[in-house]
Amino acid sequence: MTILLSATNIGKLFGMRPVLRGVSLEIARGEFVAILGANGAGKTTLLRILATLARPSGGALTIGAVDALAHPDRARAFIGLVSHQSLIYPDLTARENLEFYGRMYGVGKQRPEGADQEPGSRGERVGRRVTDDELQPLVEDALRRVGLWNRRDDLARTFSRGMIQRLTIARAILHDPLLLLLDEPFTGLDQAAAANLSALLCEMAVRNRAVVMTTHELGRGLDGVTRALILKGGQITHELRDDITAGALIALMTEA
Amino acid sequence: MRLATRQIAAIVRKDILLELRTRESITAMAVFAVMAIVMFNFALRLRVDAFRPLTPGVLWVTLVFAGTLGLSRSMSSEQINQCMDGLLLAPCDRSVIFAGKAIANVIFTLAVGLLVVPVMAILFDETLMQPGVWLVVLLGVIGYAGAGTLIATMAASTRAREVFLPILLFPLALPLLVAAVIATSGFLDRLPLDEFVAWIGVECAFIVIFWTAGTLLFEYLVEG
Repeated sequence: MTILLSATNIGKLFGMRPVLRGVSLEIARGEFVAILGANGAGKTTLLRILATLARPSGGALTIGAVDALAHPDRARAFIGLVSHQSLIYPDLTARENLEFYGRMYGVGKQRPEGADQEPGSRGERVGRRVTDDELQPLVEDALRRVGLWNRRDDLARTFSRGMIQRLTIARAILHDPLLLLLDEPFTGLDQAAAANLSALLCEMAVRNRAVVMTTHELGRGLDGVTRALILKGGQITHELRDDITAGALIALMTEA
Repeated sequence: MRLATRQIAAIVRKDILLELRTRESITAMAVFAVMAIVMFNFALRLRVDAFRPLTPGVLWVTLVFAGTLGLSRSMSSEQINQCMDGLLLAPCDRSVIFAGKAIANVIFTLAVGLLVVPVMAILFDETLMQPGVWLVVLLGVIGYAGAGTLIATMAASTRAREVFLPILLFPLALPLLVAAVIATSGFLDRLPLDEFVAWIGVECAFIVIFWTAGTLLFEYLVEG
């Protein structure tokens, strides 16, 4: 298995208070990892560090063979993030939001050196200018996958919370990231949208991408999860590879 | 087009699109600027016999105050839904984000300048509409937008950003303001260029200093 993300001894201090304490994990291509923990366990902080949005107080982080602490700008090309906030501009339409982020990610451009290209991936389009005409099919594909194609020209401010969450997911997968990070992604989604998201995440894993999701809801979104990590007090206390059920996780979390 | 250039263009395009849709920054800046000029006009005419020499000062104070409104709005728009994180997630150097935001601010402030200078020419001094003055305005706006984007980034994460921005920015912008007023006066008084060209140099130096500082420091400001 190809290791896509390697975090070693990651620590994070907020002032004098340790939020993460020596977290180490490796995530391979094709894995779908759930990080579970109570509120305040350090899940969001860990995810922000993995997304290169926050720097750890100590430790090492490698993403796609790139030292993500030394060259975060290169590592970011591999990462898609769904965070608590949507990162969506309310006064742009759904399509305009995705077009903007597509241009920011250089969608269609070659991935930075160090990335092992997937055959047929968007990262294979090497060394030529990518026009807006080439971006459009990718935007359309992302909007169709989350079921927002019919609302593509509506301002994001007119969307419901669930629709914003779906647009957020479209934004995160637009550049076909090798590593998809999601912070409580099922929040605000109705049953159909949650099932759609579960299917999408499983599909990402099947396509040899890695998915890392934090959640404190044990009953939702665990379909397809290949590994569960329990985070408590800023440390990974348990790891579960088989029989990942809500009951088993509750038992581990209460034990932890 | 290199990816960095494409990313800068994307940020500028997005900011212009947002502005065209909401009309919040330029409208506020333009209305403020015209109101300020009209009020200066009435106030000065009541007490000052020869108020034409005051034209450069009024022009630049108006531009600086109006520009501050746009700068504040420019960064606060990135706080909605934490959109700044979306920019920070892009695979680019942080200086690209600074450049994109600063260029957009130059465009917005310049748009207000395009309104302010003719209005001032009508109310204060018709000789204001000359290439030399436009050059001084262009350089002044570029310098002010560079420094302003840097300070607005710092202020954006604070609760009292509306107060914090002018308190920090105005003292920093004072050398630029002085240089711009003297250079504008030089053109209006038809002085020989070599008598005030050094002040145009000060404007250029201000641009170099603050755009370089922005490029180097933006990363620490947004991650701090």
